[in-house]
Amino acid sequence: MRLQQLIPFLLVPWLLTAAHANPYEMTLKNGMRVIVKEDRRAPTAVQMVWYRVGSVDEVDGTSGVAHVLEHMMFKGTPSVGPGEFNKRVAAAGGRDNAFTSRDYTAYYQQVPKEKLEEMMQLEADRMRHLNVDAKEFEQEIKVVMEERRMRTDDNPQSKLFEQMTAVAFQAHPYRRPIIGWMNDLETMTVADAKAWYDTWYVPNNAYAVITGDVDHHAVFALAEKYYGPLEGRALPVRKAQTEPTQEGVRKVSVKAPAELPVLIMGYKAPVLRDVEKDSEPYALDMLSAILDGHDAARFNKKLVRENKVALSVGIDYDATGRGPGMLYLHGTPSEGKTVADLEAALRAEIAHVQKDGVSEQELKRAKAQLLASQVYKLDSMFGQAMEIGQNESAGIPYQKISRMLEKLQQVTAAEIQAVAQKYFNDDALTIGVLDPQPLDGKARRPAVATRH
Amino acid sequence: MKKLLTAVITLLLAQAALAGVKIEHWVSPTGARVYFVESRVLPMLDVQVDFAAGSMFDPAGKSSLAALTLSVLDLGAGKLDETAIAEQMADIGANLGGGADTDRASVYLRTLSSKDKREPALEILRTVLHQPLFDAAILEREKARTIAGLKEAMTRPDSIAGKAFWAAMYPNHPYGQQASPETVATLTRDDLARFHARYYTAANASITLVGDISRDEAAAIAESIVAGLPKGEAAKLPLPPPQPKGSLVKLAHPASQAHVYIGLPAIERGNPDFFPLLVGNYTLGGGGFVSRLMKEVRDKRGYAYSVFSHFAPLKQTGPFQIGLQTKRSQANDAIKVAREVLDGFVKDGPTEEELTAAKANLTGSFPLRLDSNKKLLDNAAVIGFYGLPLDYLDQYQGRIQAVTVNDIKQAFSRHVRPADLITVTVAAD
Repeated sequence: MRLQQLIPFLLVPWLLTAAHANPYEMTLKNGMRVIVKEDRRAPTAVQMVWYRVGSVDEVDGTSGVAHVLEHMMFKGTPSVGPGEFNKRVAAAGGRDNAFTSRDYTAYYQQVPKEKLEEMMQLEADRMRHLNVDAKEFEQEIKVVMEERRMRTDDNPQSKLFEQMTAVAFQAHPYRRPIIGWMNDLETMTVADAKAWYDTWYVPNNAYAVITGDVDHHAVFALAEKYYGPLEGRALPVRKAQTEPTQEGVRKVSVKAPAELPVLIMGYKAPVLRDVEKDSEPYALDMLSAILDGHDAARFNKKLVRENKVALSVGIDYDATGRGPGMLYLHGTPSEGKTVADLEAALRAEIAHVQKDGVSEQELKRAKAQLLASQVYKLDSMFGQAMEIGQNESAGIPYQKISRMLEKLQQVTAAEIQAVAQKYFNDDALTIGVLDPQPLDGKARRPAVATRH
Repeated sequence: MKKLLTAVITLLLAQAALAGVKIEHWVSPTGARVYFVESRVLPMLDVQVDFAAGSMFDPAGKSSLAALTLSVLDLGAGKLDETAIAEQMADIGANLGGGADTDRASVYLRTLSSKDKREPALEILRTVLHQPLFDAAILEREKARTIAGLKEAMTRPDSIAGKAFWAAMYPNHPYGQQASPETVATLTRDDLARFHARYYTAANASITLVGDISRDEAAAIAESIVAGLPKGEAAKLPLPPPQPKGSLVKLAHPASQAHVYIGLPAIERGNPDFFPLLVGNYTLGGGGFVSRLMKEVRDKRGYAYSVFSHFAPLKQTGPFQIGLQTKRSQANDAIKVAREVLDGFVKDGPTEEELTAAKANLTGSFPLRLDSNKKLLDNAAVIGFYGLPLDYLDQYQGRIQAVTVNDIKQAFSRHVRPADLITVTVAAD
């Protein structure tokens, strides 16, 4: 299960695509693409509409506006009143929500299959006809501030991650949190949200992914009917924003009420741009699986079970994305151990890979897990739509997903050792430490390092 | 590889096999209850073994024993140490997991269904269930990790609120017992071994299988799991929880948001009032974006990102609960609004229009509850563990359609008495 989390969006039914044309694709005249994956195991369907716009497209002073607009998308159009969107989905026996990331904003409905048409009609309506209402905005911005308090301000780990990201990236917009800085939320106006909508919510900046018990011909006809009439418009030029090369280790610490310290070590790392030519992201993915893909993988076995230097430890690496990549090592030291002890232990494991590489058996194991997870992934229709949508958002056509899996299966131990040597480099490292504080403000006993 | 390819394609062609879910049920010769759904679409198998061995069976003063017993099961069993178990599962791409709640301890296996994968995976599952070693050194390590996790949880406003809420609702019942670093520290290897011997038995087990195997194969697998368990006897339940008086618990915390829970012990699994309460609660606070609580607390006033109400029926009287988080300075205002919504609903029930909308969603969304093997497994396991009727899923939509406004008012007046509500706040000004 943990491998699925590590490499969540590379796991796809290439066994199936090899034998069928499924998924199917069309492009409307206005530039909107529609991707349909037929899966008839149950009488349900998922519609997702993805906009190629996320917090990465924001500018200073209005951070968080992509996410605020996502909230406003439920506030009505001339033909669908405020709150009516949710009501209609509910009446159809559906579930719906939306999510905003650095790279994209996506909206989805899960419904009984016969309700898909109504969902397409609703989603098409709000693509171009949203009423960005001042009174609705006034309430909703408060909701978003509560969301920020819950997700970040009162969550020590999130706060650490937010601070760390702001230090790791100095020029690239990834430095800003998706939810937005609180001050930007406080000063945001309805005009900011409206401008965002008018600029980015056009069919040529969107694609629909539909999975489930549907016929692709029928879905294409519905797409023509509802999305087809919407007018496209030229998008603003998006200039490439390149993060300057980091030239030395960066450190940040955050104090927050908590019991346990947290250490995050984030290294700048490559992401996949060319499925055929690139090789390093595949090697980093397999390295992550070998270090952290199951309970007896190197990190947990050594640091949690044997040395007992950590209560928990892990790796996060996403091989796809519009912007620059990072690979994170993270963990919490055991009682009596310090973050310095944990950092040393993590560095020792990395040095071990750099010096001695990984074994063929470990690599084979990671590949077996990957292969099995491709079958398990088919159990979720929502997951299948997510995987297509996310890869597309990062500029990777869904047709290439099967090729990515082949490439992962071809990774060699030598390639893994080479990426370990190249990317675990202190000059490109940002270290974040959560410094836990007592709830009552009184000093706690000193955390002394003990040796065994 | 080629074999796998053929299997996937053949089975996908045999589509729409899940129109009506057929749960097969039998009692194994050694006494365990078995539930099986044949699903040939994907070449995989899910097996869940549930024991009445949740935290409600923690002996007094030994909180966390149930959870720790479950979590140590796969850290060494039979001739396999913890590394061998994890590596061998990974080698065949199988996942072994589990979890313990108040009622159940569940061990869960997902494996590819081809024999060369599923047989070794099942062999490890059996070893873990039958012969856990409870190694003393590993137990000490896991106790230390559990204690650290508990200490961390005691700094989080949401965890603090949750623990205080359950303690206040169940002052004289195991549901209210809270694990603490002190109780975990006292647990010994013998405690775990005894707990395992008492509760991980055939008579106390239900086994649920979903996936790409035949009825006969399912029976053989279930029997092989049960055969290695002691026959034992079903767990004995404590006396039902008494209804405490309404109260307010206010705890200090430096967080920027107050966490609020309002509720009381309400119903047990199988209670005939479940459907009126389910349908009614959809309008009150269960229906996501369209509920009254969401409309009043979030949409109209911007008080909270998340606000909900739900019933959690358990083996014994489980809670009704409202939850929200809001800026600490406006906690009292938010509570006032939530209480007005609740009191109004308990008094008058939903409008006919709201009732129609609730039924439309709850019956219309039924296919979404069953559109994956994992969801089938979860549903069948609940039916099995709690002994719900086998046709529970077939009856589900009809039972919802039959609910009237009056049924809802009566059921709420029986189970959600405003005077008895317990309110817990953490970090409210």
